[in-house]
Amino acid sequence: MEEVDVEPTTTPIPGFDSNQKHLGFVWGPGDILVYETIYKASGGSAGGCPFVHEVRKDEDIYSPILRKLFNESHHIFVGLQRIREDLPSKNKKPQFVSISKNYRSVIRACMEELQQVAGIPSLSTLKGVISMMSHLSLWCEQNFNIFCTLFVVCDPLAGSLVLHLLDWVRLHKADVDEKAREVLASESPAEHQAYWDVVISYVLQGRMDEARQVLVKQAALQPAARVMFKLLDNLLMKMPIFNPGETQTLTEFDVKWRHWREEVDHCLQDQSFASNRHLEDICKILVGDEDVLLEYKELLSTWYHFLVTRLLFSHPTVKPTELHYYAQSSMHMFLDTRSVPEPLDSILLAAFEFDIHQVIKDCSIALNNWWFVGHLTDLLDHCKLLQSHNLHFGSNLREFLLLEYASGLFTHHSLWQLAVDYFDHCPEFGRVYLELQIERVPLDTERKALKVIRICEQRQMTEQVRSICKIMAKKALRNNRLGSALSWSIRAKDAAFATLISERFLQDYCAKGTFSDLDLIDNLGPAMLLSDRLTFLGKYREFHRLYGEKRFSDAAKLLLSLMTAKIAPHSFWMTLLTDALPLLEQKEVIFSADQTHELMFCLEELTSGKSVPTPDRPMQVLGYTPPYPLSNVCFPFNLLILFYNML
Amino acid sequence: MFVARSIAADHKDLIHDVSYDFHGRRMATCSSDQSVKVWDKSESGEWHCTASWKTHSGSVWRVTWAHPEFGQVLASCSFDRTAAVWEEIVGESNDKQRGQSHWIKRTTLVDSRTSVTDVKFAPKHMGLMLTTCSADGVVRVYEAPDVMNLSQWSLQHEISCKLSCSCISWNPSSSRAHPPMIAVGSDDSNVMYGGKVQIYEYNDNTRKYAKAETLMTVTDAVHDIAFSPNLGRSFHVLAIATKDVRIFKLVPLRKESSSTGPTKFEVQIVAQFDNHNSQVWRVSWNITSTLLASSGDDGCVRLWKANYMDNWKCTGILKGDGSPVNGSSGQPGAMNTMVGSTVQTSQNALNGSAAGS
Repeated sequence: MEEVDVEPTTTPIPGFDSNQKHLGFVWGPGDILVYETIYKASGGSAGGCPFVHEVRKDEDIYSPILRKLFNESHHIFVGLQRIREDLPSKNKKPQFVSISKNYRSVIRACMEELQQVAGIPSLSTLKGVISMMSHLSLWCEQNFNIFCTLFVVCDPLAGSLVLHLLDWVRLHKADVDEKAREVLASESPAEHQAYWDVVISYVLQGRMDEARQVLVKQAALQPAARVMFKLLDNLLMKMPIFNPGETQTLTEFDVKWRHWREEVDHCLQDQSFASNRHLEDICKILVGDEDVLLEYKELLSTWYHFLVTRLLFSHPTVKPTELHYYAQSSMHMFLDTRSVPEPLDSILLAAFEFDIHQVIKDCSIALNNWWFVGHLTDLLDHCKLLQSHNLHFGSNLREFLLLEYASGLFTHHSLWQLAVDYFDHCPEFGRVYLELQIERVPLDTERKALKVIRICEQRQMTEQVRSICKIMAKKALRNNRLGSALSWSIRAKDAAFATLISERFLQDYCAKGTFSDLDLIDNLGPAMLLSDRLTFLGKYREFHRLYGEKRFSDAAKLLLSLMTAKIAPHSFWMTLLTDALPLLEQKEVIFSADQTHELMFCLEELTSGKSVPTPDRPMQVLGYTPPYPLSNVCFPFNLLILFYNML
Repeated sequence: MFVARSIAADHKDLIHDVSYDFHGRRMATCSSDQSVKVWDKSESGEWHCTASWKTHSGSVWRVTWAHPEFGQVLASCSFDRTAAVWEEIVGESNDKQRGQSHWIKRTTLVDSRTSVTDVKFAPKHMGLMLTTCSADGVVRVYEAPDVMNLSQWSLQHEISCKLSCSCISWNPSSSRAHPPMIAVGSDDSNVMYGGKVQIYEYNDNTRKYAKAETLMTVTDAVHDIAFSPNLGRSFHVLAIATKDVRIFKLVPLRKESSSTGPTKFEVQIVAQFDNHNSQVWRVSWNITSTLLASSGDDGCVRLWKANYMDNWKCTGILKGDGSPVNGSSGQPGAMNTMVGSTVQTSQNALNGSAAGS
């Protein structure tokens, strides 16, 4: 069968003339920006450019309503993926059927909301779009189930195909019940304008009991024709309906049915209903008179209703393999002039041919969304109904469709989290798609960033984690939030950046004399080892803490080790030696003789081989000015050391 | 599709390029009025102009964002033969209140002798690298060795393409399976040299870029070129804007172990569309590479999509309707919605109804 062909729609962009200007564009997340421009190489001026237009998919208009659909179907989807592979299929089948019904009810809820919304006056300009979506969702709701029924449930020999089709058609024509209620509630039902429409609609749908209930009203009005009405009532009551649960075989049913049909035919031949056109028509319908059926096109409203009614009254035991023949002919008879079927009609025809792949292909093209075809295909795949060969792009049809659907979800600011589960269940490309798209989730708040990171960490997407942390660190640094920047760098395991931020902390300390973000620095733990500078920062702060707690000898030991173990950068030694001064000035002896020697050694190392700056030229290292010029420190320092040695 | 919003761009001359930042929350526009404007998107989806400044002494052709790992950095290129790198600095508190930010020039790249036609950052895994191409036929690759000091850039490579260059595209893939790759398009009218698309590949041994492939079948002027995001495939996909839209597949052929030259490719044409009737000026892939958009002489933007059988089709057209846009432009940079406002109120109504139900 030929693939359905759908013409691309043209979206008008206001305010500019295609004949005079070019349309520039850029892709965004979930939209495309367009602007008028002229592409040429020269640098001339060509007049101002008023607007940049943001163009979005139609779906975005009703995305608040779709949100519920997306959320709920996500839930069903995840549940479906968890059904155990190893269960025997007879256990799984009812589960699949129930899942199909669940999908149908979420579409139904969505469709009802859309219909409600279409009625809101302020949305009148969008009515066209909403009504189209509503129409499509109605179609989806009505047909999701029949596809599943045809493909999953239908047992070729069971003979219950017509029953399933009847159920489906009754879905489509649910409005007859409302009409019936209206008629029956009226003062004189039998004289209601829609009375006969209701009766005949019920007959067309094979709902004989309901038809009889309504007919009774007419019978009451015409006591003289009592016999005729009783006769029809009898015929309607006796119509055999195949019940797969009973022990009756198909052949037995067939015999009974033919018998009954002959009886109806007799009545027609006998002119039993000749005096009442309506009753006669009903009788003709019961024998499957196609011409009469076609007279009631309006009540049938669709060619597939015509098909099902035809089958009910002419071939109630039709086999699935014969279905497509009747479908084609029904469509032609019903639609008469139209030669090329609409895309949606083609899809149904393909379904009646049990050509699953064609159905999916055509749905992908004709329906304006990936939701329907993605979830349907996934369900059919679980039922093992799809050939799972790999396609051109490297994976199977199910994965292709789910990737499309999930990618669309990713552009929503809150629905992207649902998309993650879909990607998780696409074994070939799900991961790489997720890696690509999750990086683009805007990191508006720390909380959101952490949420994204957690998702990445759960999937060992280490590069994405690193990248996000780096972006957050960079943003924090730009806004001078050193503590935040540091903690993000640690999380990113970015040693270079951690070093940079540590130096900023140290610079700040030198400038202000205090540390910011003490909580963070005090609790670095093993993260301290990420970079030398960070280690120094942590240890240096520890020194200050020890000093504050008056644990002088511990502080002294630490201070010294910072220099001797080369943890402290040379540029900072001056500050450290200056920090040693108050320790040296204490009444009690804090530095041992050995330690004092080491201190001297450090001082010498610092001053030797380097030009000692004059008092007028403070030492500039990394933009920090030591509190005392070098020479100033050396003098009292040496004095103190001397004093010490004298003790 | 529909127009959700219209933003009064307020440039005094034609806009030549618009670029979204990595997360889609900011955009930059550049124009023949020699300036660049930066716009920020608020939570409600409105765009506000937060910076506008003169960047060059000639038309600004392209503007592009660096990856946010490097901070808030833009590059622009111009008819004035230069490219420039700009960094946003966090301003004074009253600037923030006014919703304004400052961008300062970190460097000007003056090596080109002619108009610089394209500027692109390399994929982030290569570090902070910027590439320009010029009408003088040279592609230049610059690197900032210290990402904290954006005033220091060194010219790492000069690739002489022999033809006037109009566009460049980096292969965005960071897979170790293949070396860095850059495609260069030429709009040169010289028919002596056949192929107008050249692919260069970085060689780890020589530490230079060497030509790997010339697409000889592309003989007309090329205006734009774009590698598609890789998504785990072993082959590369390249879209070209020339007298039509062309999509090529480049399949790397297996290298012999002794070979030290660039990769050899099997070049296949995947699709070709001439719906734009004449020249195609821009091509660009969306983020997931599921859609390609092109802009052409017919004044339209067309969207192209492949189904799972790899059959490409046009799935949408954007076209000017010739109508005047009503409504005052208001303050410079102020948001202005026409069709958009109807949608906005509708959106609110929908939100209300969805929330209430």
